This record gives sequence, structure tokens and C-alpha cells, in this order.
Amino acid sequence: MLLEKLCNASGVSGFENEIRQVIKEEVTQYVDEIWTDTMGNLFAMKKGIGPKVMVAAHIDEVGLFVDFIESSGFVRFQKIGGIDDRVLPARKVLIGEKKKPGVIGIKPIHLKGGNNQVVGSDDLYIDVGASSKDEAGKSAKIGDPVVFSTKLVQSGDILRGKAFDDRAGCGVLIEILKKSYPFTLCGVFTVQEELGLRGAGIAAYALEPDFGFALEGTTAGDTPTKKDISPSTNMGEGPAITIMDRSVISDKNLVNLLVNTATKEGIPYQFKRTITGGTDSGAIHRTRSGVPSVTVAVPVRYIHSPVGIININDFNNTVELMYKSLKALESGNIDH
Amino acid sequence: MELKDVLKELTEAIGISGYEFPAANKTALFLKPYCHEVSLDNMGSVITLKRGEQNGDKRLKILIAAHLDEIGLMITKIEDGGFIRVTRVGGIDVSTLPGQEVKIFAGQGENVIRGVIGAKPPHLQNPGESSKPMGFDDLYIDTGFSKSELEKSVEVGTLVRIESEFTELENGYISAQAMDDRAGVASMIETLRRLTLRKHTWDVYAIATAQEEVSGLGAKSTAFRIEPDIAIAIDVTFGNGPGIPERRSYQLGKGPTIGLGPNFHPKITQKLCDVAKEFEIPYQVEADPHPGGTDAYSLQVSKAGIPAGLLSIPLRNMHSTVEVLKLEDVKRLAELLSVFISQLDSKFQEDLKCF
Repeated sequence: MLLEKLCNASGVSGFENEIRQVIKEEVTQYVDEIWTDTMGNLFAMKKGIGPKVMVAAHIDEVGLFVDFIESSGFVRFQKIGGIDDRVLPARKVLIGEKKKPGVIGIKPIHLKGGNNQVVGSDDLYIDVGASSKDEAGKSAKIGDPVVFSTKLVQSGDILRGKAFDDRAGCGVLIEILKKSYPFTLCGVFTVQEELGLRGAGIAAYALEPDFGFALEGTTAGDTPTKKDISPSTNMGEGPAITIMDRSVISDKNLVNLLVNTATKEGIPYQFKRTITGGTDSGAIHRTRSGVPSVTVAVPVRYIHSPVGIININDFNNTVELMYKSLKALESGNIDH
Repeated sequence: MELKDVLKELTEAIGISGYEFPAANKTALFLKPYCHEVSLDNMGSVITLKRGEQNGDKRLKILIAAHLDEIGLMITKIEDGGFIRVTRVGGIDVSTLPGQEVKIFAGQGENVIRGVIGAKPPHLQNPGESSKPMGFDDLYIDTGFSKSELEKSVEVGTLVRIESEFTELENGYISAQAMDDRAGVASMIETLRRLTLRKHTWDVYAIATAQEEVSGLGAKSTAFRIEPDIAIAIDVTFGNGPGIPERRSYQLGKGPTIGLGPNFHPKITQKLCDVAKEFEIPYQVEADPHPGGTDAYSLQVSKAGIPAGLLSIPLRNMHSTVEVLKLEDVKRLAELLSVFISQLDSKFQEDLKCF
């Protein structure tokens, strides 16, 4: 399964080699040109005439970064991307390119003396099975990226795995690159989104697109809360279209294109009801003299944690909505 | 079968306190080749007997015990939307739960449903929320399935286990869940295997006890039944790590610890140390004046009192699903205990009352 390959691959921001290679192998046969830039963005272009459309999905994921090894052999780390410290204790992780196993240690409950304060990531450590710096060196070195060791599992329509943010978006992009369009479509698998939309900005500058789409795995908030608030998105209720978030106010015409297409084709959709978070559209729309942009996302429960959940129907409907909307775009069904 | 593989199979078998049956069956299977009698008792403990090589019925008895049960979760409610609330069985640390993958053992345990313990993403949190510890009121299991789908097989009381694969780390270290105390059970199995290569005059009752994590019930009930002359509990103890007091934790790879303190008979402690020295088995002394949370305490006060001892395997991250130990320590404990048992004679038993 495509999503299984994508989610199980490693790609902490700045260390996207493995996932980039996986994606390159998947898309090369479907595109006219494929190349990478100096930061590691992977461009997959299908040439045509008329407008140039950039569709971005980021390949990086949140994770950890080894910054120190104690003389006792315990490995210290920093976080890369927004991770809640509370999901770190007692976690299985994989370290470095060789994916050496390790676990995030805890103080046994017996020795805590009733103190249940949250332990910050600065005080946490990875136990790699070592009693000295030398022994630890077999598993980790300073500068190694660290990923959660979660494997994708499917039960019916439900997929459980890591990094759906944004491997879900990468999967949607790969699926739409398999089809043909008369205009130029450039899929960009961007790097370092989690560190501030860094890859998408330079990619859009280089490409000079007429339109920008960012494909995402976004927060699904349809989970128990103490207050009656509208969930960010609901899992199982279709692709989520962003009208506005922290990084962008989506182009109104592109939002209409998506909504009209969904309505016409009978594809379920929803609007994202929180304005938190940012996506690659935030960087793309500000590029050069401005690029009309919009974000479409697969709702994912528990992003930025070691394990999330998606409904496969949401993924398939996002592919369908994007494909049909691009077809509508090609017939000139947009005010420009 | 290699000891490592025995440990792997033992840690993969579910055996949450009060529901030890799968782990008990696996343990009985491993013990069977090395003993004369194997049975499960009515509390869920595994009881085995390996007879001593001495004629007549009046052989002295040693009981060795490692506990079978592990801590876990139990379902208390299925809410609208299919969100499942749980409570703990035994001393689970709530702070290790958010964002964990879990298996729900629905039906009679044959129907496994995968889920996650929900962790709200930072994007949806209120300011300061991530510095507040979570309690069971904040936590729920999300399977992605609806309430009505779940109710076909899941009910209040259904058991839940956090998923964690048996993983070999570098340098002979292993990470797995439930090594408290399946590592002790593995060491006990290895002790019996080694005893088949040595002579011993005492009868050896090797017991895998139920419900240590909640009440010590299994040790109490089996000691009452067997009435041993001495008893040794095999458990795990705190491994060292950052932020853990050095004087209450032990190095991995430096051998098992031998319990010293009022809970243990001084002559048993002394003999264990003597054997370790004589056979050059590395060991560490664990001095603790308080009755520790092990089966040794239950054994010591059983019936008219049973002289007890304690051997422990240093274990990091205790009561989490990423417990870490060094396999060498499990082997050394078995070597120490099997030599100790083979040296037991009637004089040792007589001297226990001489202070």
C-alpha cells in the first residue's frame, strides 16, 4: 500500500533522504522531468501548455535530534517541530540512517513520590542499551535524527500510523500525478515545512507558478473535549478546505473552484474550522509578486504525536476532489 | 530454545493481574521439561515440582517464585463517538500513556482491535495546556470505530494492552514490556534447566505467581499450600538512569542484586553472597529496610514464617512498556540460584533458627 510505504519511511525535517527516495521511485514513471534543488525539494513536472500549477506536499515529519551523549551512555535530544512533551515518555524510537532502536526512558512510578509533573524534553533521554559513551556510539551520534518507530496498520477503513502530516498529502499528490492534464502541473515534495514552510518558499520562487495548492494532513478535532467547541475538522467527513489559517488567507476563487467541484461531483467536503497552524500555501502565496493559493487536507487525528488515525475514504475523496478540481481549472472555470 | 527467545515469548503473552491465563500456559510449557510435576492452581499461579535426589519422603523444600502478572488497562466505558475510557490494573504511570498504540482484547481475547490513546495536537491546545499532567479523566482510546461497531465485541471490563515489540538493542540489552516480571520467570526457567545438570537434595517448587502487582495473592496462597522450608523471590529492581538516585538504583550488566534487610533471612542473604563470590558471579547488594513490593514479603509472613531471600534483575524504565535489561543479568541470576540450591543441605535448614 502506498500510504504504508510513505508513512513508515523516515524524514525528520532536514533529514528527508529516505522519504524523498521512496517518493522519487513512485512518481518518476508518471512525469516528464524530475529534479531536486539545493535544499532537497523534489520537483516532479508534467509539461503542458497554459497556466503553471504548483501542487505542494511536504515530505518532512516532526521528530527528534541527538544533541548530546552522556558519559553514562544515555542519549539527550532536542525536538524538531511541534511535539507535546507529554507524548514522549516510554516511547520506542529509531535513531539515525541505520534506524537503531532506542527507547525514551522514564523514572519508575515507585520512585516519583507522587510527583506527577510533566517532564520536559530537556530532562528526557533515550536509552539505547548502553552503559558508556562508547557503547552508546554504536547506536547514536550527535546530529542523528530520531523518528518514532510506529508502523502503519489498517483495520477496515481506518489507518493507524505515524506522519500522516504530511504523508497523507504526499500520497494525494502522487495519485494526482498519475493522471494527465493539458497545462503544466508541477508536483513539489517540499522539505522543512515543520520548521517554518522553508522548502515551499524557495520552490515557488524557482517555479513561478500561476496557482498554488498545498496538500496536507490536518488536525481532526472530533474527539472528546471539556467544552462544546466546533471541531477543527471531522474524520470521515471528507477533505478539509482551508479558508484561513495562521499562514494564509486562501484565494477565494480557488476555494470556490474546490467547493463548486465538490458540489457538482458529489464529493463530501468540509471547511477547517480553526485558524491555527500553517501550511505550505503560507509560503507559496507570498512568493514573488504573489501566487493565488489554497490548502486542501486529509483530516488526521493526533498529528504531531507518535501515532495518528485517518479514514481511507477521506484520503480517496481528497484525491478525487483535487483531480476533478484540476480538470475544472483546465477548462478555464476560474476568474483570474 | 535460547533464553532470549524464551523471554521474547513470555513477554509477548498477555497476563494482566487476575487474567494471567495466557502467560501461565506459556510458562507451564517452558517449565515442563525440567520438572516432575506441573499444575495451575485455583488462583492462576503455575506450580511445579522438581524432586530432590534423596530417598524417602522427608525431603526439605525450597520455593522459588517469580510473578506472572503484568500491569495493564481495563475498559470502564464506551462513549458516544466510540471513545473508550479506561482504568488501570496495577501501578501504571498515566504519564506514559498519551499517544500510545494499544490492543484491545475483545470477546474472549481472540478478537484484537487496534487503537491509540488520544493525544491532542499542539495546534488545538490552549496556552499552557501541555505543561499540565494528564489523568485518566483526560485520556481515552480511539479506534476510529463507532460506538455501535465496538459494542459488538467490546464491553466494560475488556482488557487492554499497550503495544510494544520485543526489541534487541546493542550491547546485549533488550527492551520489551512486562519484563517485570517475565524476566524473573525466564530466569526461574533457566534456573531449573541448569539444575537438571547439577545434583540437589531439596525439593524445588518453582512457582509463577498470580496477582503480585495488586495484592501478592499468588505468593501467599502457594506458600500456604506448599509450606516450604525457605523461599526465594525473583523479581526486578530499579536500573540506573538520569534523575534516578544512585543509592536506590543498580547498574545493568553488573549482575543480579541480592536483597539485604529485615525482609530477608540474614543467613540466606549471606549464603547467596558466598555462592556468588565462590563461583565468581558478579552481584550487587540491594539494601532496603522496608518490605519491598515483591513476593518475598508475602512469603516471609506465610504460615509460621518462611525464611525468605530476594534476587533481582536490574531493569530500567520499570512499569513502562519499554523496560530495558541486560540478558547477561538474567543468566547470572539463574547461575547463582541454581548453585545455591544445589548446595542446600539439612545443616543449612537447622542453622536458620540459630541466631
